Amino acid sequence: MTVTDLVRDVAVVRRARRAPRRRYALVLAGLTGLAIAAFAVNVLLGDYTYTVPDFFRILAGEEIPVASYLLMESKLPRAVLGVLVGLCFGAGGAIFQATLRNPLASPDVVGVTWGASAAAVFAVLVLGLRGTPVSLAAVLGAVAVALLIRSVGGAVGGHRLILVGVALTAALASLVQYLLSRASIWDVQVALQWLAGSLHAADWATVRALVLALLVLVPLLAVRARSLRTTQLGDDLATALGTRRRDPELLLLVAVLLVAFAVAASGPIAFVAFMAGPTARALNGGRTTIVGAALVGVVLVLAADFVGHYLIGDITVPVGVLTGAGGAPFLLWLLARGATGRNPA
Amino acid sequence: MNPNPRLATDAVTIGYGDRVVVDALDLAVPDGRITVIVGANACGKSTLLRGMARLLRPSSGAVLLDGEAVHTRPTREVARVLGLLPQHPITPDGVTVVDLVGRGRHPHQGLLGRWSAEDERAVADALVRTGTADLADRLVDELSGGQRQRVWVAMALAQGTDLLLLDEPTTYLDVAHQVEMLDLLTDLNRRSGTTIVMVLHDLNLASRYADHLVAMKAGRIVAEGAPADVVTEHVIGEVFDLDCQVIPDPVAGSPLVVPVGRHHAPLTSAPPDRARKVVSL
Repeated sequence: MTVTDLVRDVAVVRRARRAPRRRYALVLAGLTGLAIAAFAVNVLLGDYTYTVPDFFRILAGEEIPVASYLLMESKLPRAVLGVLVGLCFGAGGAIFQATLRNPLASPDVVGVTWGASAAAVFAVLVLGLRGTPVSLAAVLGAVAVALLIRSVGGAVGGHRLILVGVALTAALASLVQYLLSRASIWDVQVALQWLAGSLHAADWATVRALVLALLVLVPLLAVRARSLRTTQLGDDLATALGTRRRDPELLLLVAVLLVAFAVAASGPIAFVAFMAGPTARALNGGRTTIVGAALVGVVLVLAADFVGHYLIGDITVPVGVLTGAGGAPFLLWLLARGATGRNPA
Repeated sequence: MNPNPRLATDAVTIGYGDRVVVDALDLAVPDGRITVIVGANACGKSTLLRGMARLLRPSSGAVLLDGEAVHTRPTREVARVLGLLPQHPITPDGVTVVDLVGRGRHPHQGLLGRWSAEDERAVADALVRTGTADLADRLVDELSGGQRQRVWVAMALAQGTDLLLLDEPTTYLDVAHQVEMLDLLTDLNRRSGTTIVMVLHDLNLASRYADHLVAMKAGRIVAEGAPADVVTEHVIGEVFDLDCQVIPDPVAGSPLVVPVGRHHAPLTSAPPDRARKVVSL
């Protein structure tokens, strides 16, 4: 090959790489814009309306009676928590679906989220715990269920993993029902927070804890997510290209922790993890994007929280109930698109 | 033959559970040549190939790459020397040709997978050599079977390995594309000296394109060597349990296997005992 040939061929490669990358940049920019808009709506509008200058004045420390307190202690932590758990559920779900190469294999379908809920309900109703220990129980529950699914269901890549997860979900759901039926009405109120996700109890302490978890998990994710480029080609080719067998498993563990901490912070916000990945992919020309899925997660959580909080009559509907209601039609859409077939991840 | 081949197996035994599929097998892969493994279904040829590519762990013995057991070496390091194209790679949704081929660069990229000028050159070179440069921005899902298989080979080329293993690279291709694929691999071997090991089903194409032919049965090697020495009526009878005649390929001079079957008797030059046996059936 002569030098001019080489220059020409390299130009072909550059050109071919450009279009998908431009679309990806556009998708991320659009989703970021949407997420910012949703955040602004959640913070500024609702039962109390703020102007943008007021918002920044309060943020800078100016005291406006009632308005300051409401913004700083309720609306702002609530919206920030919504952003964080949206990121966790969206990214965690997309990693599950991509690693297991199946859009049905999201953590809320295969029981990881239920593991967190069941452990928290158990801690509340049987052990009588409240507060932080319950959150820790939720994290441990998610990890324990994930490990159990892995040990019974076999290596990453098989359909067994999903079947085991679905079976485990049913078992955990009946355990929760049993515990609830024996509990006092007061305890049930506390336990219910762990069954339908809600941003109702958001405070800065929760936000801080979740930020700390993300500071550890996101860099791990950034390094580990690269193995998806080879694991998507099948286990054989992944190995042939130098990906270690445990790489996808470590990536899954990061995803389990993302989802577990999010559940510990807000309860299980149903189906956000399930919906975010395929939505982001549909926008991105069918290509998997974890960052895109995280942003879709943010938009979903913030939008559902606003609608549930302010737009449905006089009652406040927890965000998890609304996203759960959206999950079923979404599943039908997924099936109708035929996206559950051969290599959907 | 070179006494220290880069890729060899040393009494390697590979199995699934208790079932032994490859049985204490010794194979020295000649450097810089094309080695083709043939054998009946379930004779262990794919398992041997997968074992050599470290996809399966041997229960005893070892696969040696440059004198070291391949399973104990860091897998990324191996991936820069030894490539594999499996029989059923998965095409990710929405992937373009250039993106797929670029994934072959994975073992050469750092922790964050930055795309270097060298990656760009390697991908361009792989596209040109497989005749897929015109397809670079197309979606792999939209390509024909023959084009898609060339793209997968381009991905393996972009990996830039000295040794390349291929598991039935001509499956699902019509005869014209089978020949095209094998010509392409021969080009690669002749121009770059890449050592190629592949499993093929078609005996006649295997005979024509192999420098070194390995015939396997029940996890062992029955015969190996130049195709003219391996492909005889006796060996084919043993390996495939098939009555046949072997004639010279009028194009390449390599052995050409003509199977007999139950409904046809050889017209000429059949050994009398074979002919009787066929008729008596």
